[in-house]
Amino acid sequence: MMTWPILSVITAVPALGALLIWIAARGGDEAANRNARWIALWTTLINFAISLILVARFDPSQAGFQFVEEGRWLASGIAYKMGVDGISLPLVVLTTAIMPLCIIASWKITSRVPAYMIAFLILESLMVGTFSALDLLLFYVFFEGGLIPMFLIIGVWGGPRRVYATFKFFLYTLLGSVLMLLAIMALYWNAGTTDIPTLMTTAVPYRLQTWAWLAFFASFAVKMPMWPVHTWLPDAHVEAPTAGSVILAAILLKMGGYGFLRFSLPMFPLASHDFAPLVFTLSAIAIIYTSLVALMQEDMKKLIAYSSVAHMGFVTMGIFAGTMQGVAGGVFQMVSHGIVSGALFLCVGVVYDRMHTREIAAYGGVVNRMPLYAMVFLVFTMANVGLPGTSGFVGEFLTLIGTFKVSVPTAFFATVGVILSAAYALWLYRKIVFGALVKPSLASIKDLTMREVLTLGPLLVLTIIFGFFPKPLLDLSAASVQQLVSNYSHAITAVKAAALMP
Amino acid sequence: MSFNTAGYSLLPVLPEIVLAVGAMALLMLGAFRGQRSTPLVLGLSIALLLATGLVQCWLPAGRLETFNGSFIVDSYARFLKILALAGSAATLLISFGYLEDRSRRIFEYAILILISTVGMMLLISAGDLIMLYLGLELMSLALYVVAASDRRSVKSTEAGLKYFVLGALASGMMLYGMSLIYGFTGNVSFAGIAAVVKTGSVGVAFGLVFLLVGLCFKVSVVPFHMWTPDVYEGAPTPITAFFSASPKVAAFAVFVRVLTMAFPNILHDWQQIVVFVSIASMALGSFGAIGQRNIKRMMAYSSIAHMGFALVGLASGTAEGVQGVVLYLVIYVAMTFGAFTVILAMKRNGHAMEEISDFAGLSRTNPLVAFFFAMLLFSLAGIPPLAGFFAKFYVFTAAIKAGLVTLSVIGVLTSVVGAFYYLNVIKVMYFDERAGATDVVRFELGAVVAVAAIFNLLFFVYPGPLVSAATVAAKSLF
Repeated sequence: MMTWPILSVITAVPALGALLIWIAARGGDEAANRNARWIALWTTLINFAISLILVARFDPSQAGFQFVEEGRWLASGIAYKMGVDGISLPLVVLTTAIMPLCIIASWKITSRVPAYMIAFLILESLMVGTFSALDLLLFYVFFEGGLIPMFLIIGVWGGPRRVYATFKFFLYTLLGSVLMLLAIMALYWNAGTTDIPTLMTTAVPYRLQTWAWLAFFASFAVKMPMWPVHTWLPDAHVEAPTAGSVILAAILLKMGGYGFLRFSLPMFPLASHDFAPLVFTLSAIAIIYTSLVALMQEDMKKLIAYSSVAHMGFVTMGIFAGTMQGVAGGVFQMVSHGIVSGALFLCVGVVYDRMHTREIAAYGGVVNRMPLYAMVFLVFTMANVGLPGTSGFVGEFLTLIGTFKVSVPTAFFATVGVILSAAYALWLYRKIVFGALVKPSLASIKDLTMREVLTLGPLLVLTIIFGFFPKPLLDLSAASVQQLVSNYSHAITAVKAAALMP
Repeated sequence: MSFNTAGYSLLPVLPEIVLAVGAMALLMLGAFRGQRSTPLVLGLSIALLLATGLVQCWLPAGRLETFNGSFIVDSYARFLKILALAGSAATLLISFGYLEDRSRRIFEYAILILISTVGMMLLISAGDLIMLYLGLELMSLALYVVAASDRRSVKSTEAGLKYFVLGALASGMMLYGMSLIYGFTGNVSFAGIAAVVKTGSVGVAFGLVFLLVGLCFKVSVVPFHMWTPDVYEGAPTPITAFFSASPKVAAFAVFVRVLTMAFPNILHDWQQIVVFVSIASMALGSFGAIGQRNIKRMMAYSSIAHMGFALVGLASGTAEGVQGVVLYLVIYVAMTFGAFTVILAMKRNGHAMEEISDFAGLSRTNPLVAFFFAMLLFSLAGIPPLAGFFAKFYVFTAAIKAGLVTLSVIGVLTSVVGAFYYLNVIKVMYFDERAGATDVVRFELGAVVAVAAIFNLLFFVYPGPLVSAATVAAKSLF
């Protein structure tokens, strides 16, 4: 029983926090900065708490959408409709959980602090809205709206090549998305509405399916990102401030995978089936190629960015396998990657804050001065490799099993990618942490501060818990995934049966 | 005086009468009191425009016609007239500062804007070719003069002259087209032409093309856009803001009306012209703006592109398309007027900031204006959740429904190109080092900017009423 519009509240609270900062944190002095930080932190924490209420009230045995809210918006079939199911809920909670950590990680930002916090809070609103929108146009508005704060975050608080990186990020993503917008319009005229549950049950003509699938693919493949349209990601990651990289890796990339699960598979099952080999090929190339590229990187952030592309390859592969394990694994891998890659960028941020360089060659033997850091970094490196006992393993394993049932070669190449991921991740770890501490600049480097433990600690605990006990997370999405997969296979078998008839 | 002689009721034209008589009275006031009465005339002119708007709203509901159908007041006309009046009133509001300068104290400025507004209102209500031409010329002649109103500036004079010569040429072509249409159909009224033109004929098509040339010139779309950058750059900034708002609305209104009311049966003949013009404008506007250093020139190219986007809605030739056009015009006026007001408001040591590089670091020196300008620019680029996105959404939705897929794909791709130069201005304001402090922004300019930006920012929260009003307006044409 629901008495208040909880999803709208979770979407609106960060925006209200941003408004409060705008009102309260004036003057540009240190006091204003402090106010802005604390308001942002409390806003994100309160929002996280509300999202936990959402989890507690969520009924995992139901496959359909829950907490549905509906209101008038634009006329004729385009409404304000929100709701979550087992696929979107984990991503909503992931968003609200990562945000406070981002705010804490940004505590040492000194330039234009109120604006920085406002941008992050607005971004949170838009991200939560993206995952809980149940109207296609509303989804698009949130999905694209996120470009504005991210453009400013990279452009204002980024590194030396920030202008290039942020333009590339913005224009790349926009180019992919406008084609999706046209497909949304075509679907609107096909069904007379942009209501997502209705669209999922409306038959789409085969020709339209093909074109619409390609248009949606253009958008989500860029967002994901898939090879060969991934090139914006390393640039954006490298130039973004630490918290920006965390958001980018942990949440924004998940929008692509979420889009495939929410739209491509249920609305265009036939086209998804037709194009699955294409997706498999691109995923396999992404996994192998970007892993090899990662081996060659000299910049820590770039290496992790390429590894993100590889890991997202597992997600797309699992999703388009269309099997229970593949899709469930894809959802799990998205959450797990959100935690692990976010944490890895935070780990880079830790040493970057001290040394102001991300060059791998500038480090070595850090373990001697920072034992705690070495331990934390090790756990996340292992999770990135996919070592059993970490959350990374569960997602990769499930997607591999799911794909193996459908396409053995893809699963084979992806498994090779797992080995390569061990190669680059361990190489990075060895270069930075192990060896003798010979560089004079590192002689006085300090171990993790309380603030950094606070950001990395929760992620560490989650990585291990989900590694050994993934059941709660898998159960949360099981019913929705089950329904998605059965609808998908029904649609395909129906067409195959029709084709066999004389 | 009787308001009701058969076919010649004066009630539907009451707003125009009020405005025209008021403008004459203010002209007298100015003539007798001299140039020192400029602020007074300006203030009274705004009041007069508001009064005209009220009279317009007070008119009895439903479709009114007069002068044997050559003047039509339907929901479409009501909606766009209010928009044009609002644009003119806002222009006068932002002109106070500009007219304070002693050498520019000319009260005729306000009178000319009022007279051109009368022309616009006639144009929006035009029900036959004669009224169309009368309205268009009344509007344009006043505009030629205001474009050149800064007499000491060579650029302003040049802008006025250029606008006049090219405008006269376009008017001539348009008259020729009208005469052809009249010759082949024997009618000047839109309804009469529609009744005669059932299938395409070469003569009518010829006339239609020449008519479209004139209209394309007025809304400044490719290939009749050449005057736009020069006139936008040369004319005084408040006038540039005016050019991009009310006259565009009026010219676009009649563009839509003449095609949908007089030539609905030869949709395919004019659709291909509109599609071509639309694609060419979107592409040229988007690519042409990239290289500009002067922000007014950039906005000129941007307006060419935006008119191309609005034409996408017209190309579909359906009620949805017209609804898209109407919404596009409202949102476009808010966006572009706000942007020009920012350009007008930003001064450094008393000099206008007209180069894009002058805006460097504005987010630090004047964060609020920079934020509002950034929102307007994102809106112009069509990024959700800002109003500009919904404008584009409606015109492209209509085009998709009408099966104009190629047009839509090219359109959205050029909008990505367009995003680049808007982002570039935002980059200059937010990412670049500051270029020095700016002067204090006048209150009324700040207010206009704030209203425009907040409209764009919060349109998505409650779009219902405007969308419904646009739907009603569009339906009245079909």
